[in-house]
Amino acid sequence: MNALYQYWLNLPLVLQMVIKGLAVIGFMFPIGGACSLIERKVSAWMQGRHGPNRAIPFWIAWVPIIGPLLQRLGVFHLMADGGKMFFKEDPIPGHVNKFYFVLAPIVAMIPALTTVSVVPFGAYVDTAGQLVPLILADVDVGLLAVFAVSSLGVYALILAGWASNSKYPFLGGVRASAQLISYELSMTLSILPVFLWVNAPGGSGTLSLFAVVQAQSGPWHAWSGLWFIFTMPVAALIFLVSLFAETNRLPFDMAEGEADLVGGFHTEYGSLKWGLFFVAEYSHMLIGSGVFVLLFLGGWNPLPWLPLATFADWLGLAGNSLVVGALSMVIFLSKVLFFVFLFMWVRWTVPRFRYDQVMKLGWQKLLPLAIGNLIFYALVIAWVQVKN
Amino acid sequence: MANFLFYFFALLALVSAGLVVVSKNPVNAALGLLLSLVGVAGLFVLLNAALLAFVLLLVYAGAVVALFLFIIMLLDTRLEPSKPSPRLTLIAATLGGALLVVGVLSLNQRAILLAGGASGTGPTLKHYAEQLFTTYLLPVQLVGFLLLIAMLGVIVLSKKSDQAEETL
Repeated sequence: MNALYQYWLNLPLVLQMVIKGLAVIGFMFPIGGACSLIERKVSAWMQGRHGPNRAIPFWIAWVPIIGPLLQRLGVFHLMADGGKMFFKEDPIPGHVNKFYFVLAPIVAMIPALTTVSVVPFGAYVDTAGQLVPLILADVDVGLLAVFAVSSLGVYALILAGWASNSKYPFLGGVRASAQLISYELSMTLSILPVFLWVNAPGGSGTLSLFAVVQAQSGPWHAWSGLWFIFTMPVAALIFLVSLFAETNRLPFDMAEGEADLVGGFHTEYGSLKWGLFFVAEYSHMLIGSGVFVLLFLGGWNPLPWLPLATFADWLGLAGNSLVVGALSMVIFLSKVLFFVFLFMWVRWTVPRFRYDQVMKLGWQKLLPLAIGNLIFYALVIAWVQVKN
Repeated sequence: MANFLFYFFALLALVSAGLVVVSKNPVNAALGLLLSLVGVAGLFVLLNAALLAFVLLLVYAGAVVALFLFIIMLLDTRLEPSKPSPRLTLIAATLGGALLVVGVLSLNQRAILLAGGASGTGPTLKHYAEQLFTTYLLPVQLVGFLLLIAMLGVIVLSKKSDQAEETL
């Protein structure tokens, strides 16, 4: 174990980074795919069906208990779907702009996979008793980097819609870009109170997501032990609604709108190119949920007023950084998965908005609310900090 | 490594900036501008100015160029040989070239190049905030005012006809 660790430290820095990056991507891709399975199961459950539960390779059916269980969960449907997307014919319609048509799905994947690098997904306690985040790049600008890179995701939709050179994809692309730009504003404004609180006077000033979680890991009865969803519920609500809009999920899926736009921006796409859009959407959903959990739900802290370090002490894991790290990841990921479920819950419950309603909600309701919320918390935080 | 990255991003910024000027298809030009901004953002990161890099990406690459592209696609410009008036092009090209020459000359002769940051840590958010709220307060306010006027102008111009508003 130690020799392995030494070998790892001796690798060139670039190689270390590449391996870490590939590991996270190799984790995100299957999870993104698995979300499609969860989606099918959740939708089936909500509509009183069983969902996919038939496909199974015959040699796995021989395994008792586990085989039938995997079959009931529909795991092999997921694999069959993936295999189908890889191997089926990939036609490019004759009327499209070929270069941008091929470029668009690739562009869709870039922000989806890049933003992961600045999102901490766990933490462990090192030998000095300090909490260290598990993160690829712990940069000072943290959240700004997430917003900046994910704002590039709009190009995939615009390019796909435009390059397809037909009516419905074009409308889908135009709607999507207008929607993404509109909701970005409320989203950014809604999280400012959080950072006003985190960056108390005297600090060096940071936008790192790790610092936000640290500000939510106070002991019993301390203000800092409360998660921000309790102290700033309006901000959390605005952020959540904008997140639905930014990820193009129902009730905001103007970009697809299969009832009025056939399939929106990806009407002309098939096989793996379509699959890339699909995985990108789920990756956005995962990262968005992750950011929400970090900002408003205390990240890897199991309960309000119960920080990870204390929890690890209770379980008697204080010195074992590996186990604590794994525990923090499990806590964080289960919160994220709850949000993925919430996305699906809303999708199969709420009908789609009309386009003008989406615009009205964004500009006339959420934006003023976000600005009012910001001013209110600026005053409150100033008052609290003067009093202390 | 840093050298290689510098040349990579500088080349990216320059080549794609050239593409913006010469490409006939406006969509190509807009995407060239996008790539150029990404290159400049990379250079900012190399200079330890991560905040500037990401603000550049967020505002220009994420919103402004997206709007450009949006408008280009809405207008659906066909690639008809639009003949720009040669005199105007000539004046613009001369002015642009002259500015470039002046810029390069002044950089070459007058610029004071600071020694590279040996510490390896760039300015923090606090430094930016302090500068913006103390030394540069007036310019920030003026620019904000200018943007406000522009925004009001857009609203007035686009609402010139008093049509019946659609109801929700």
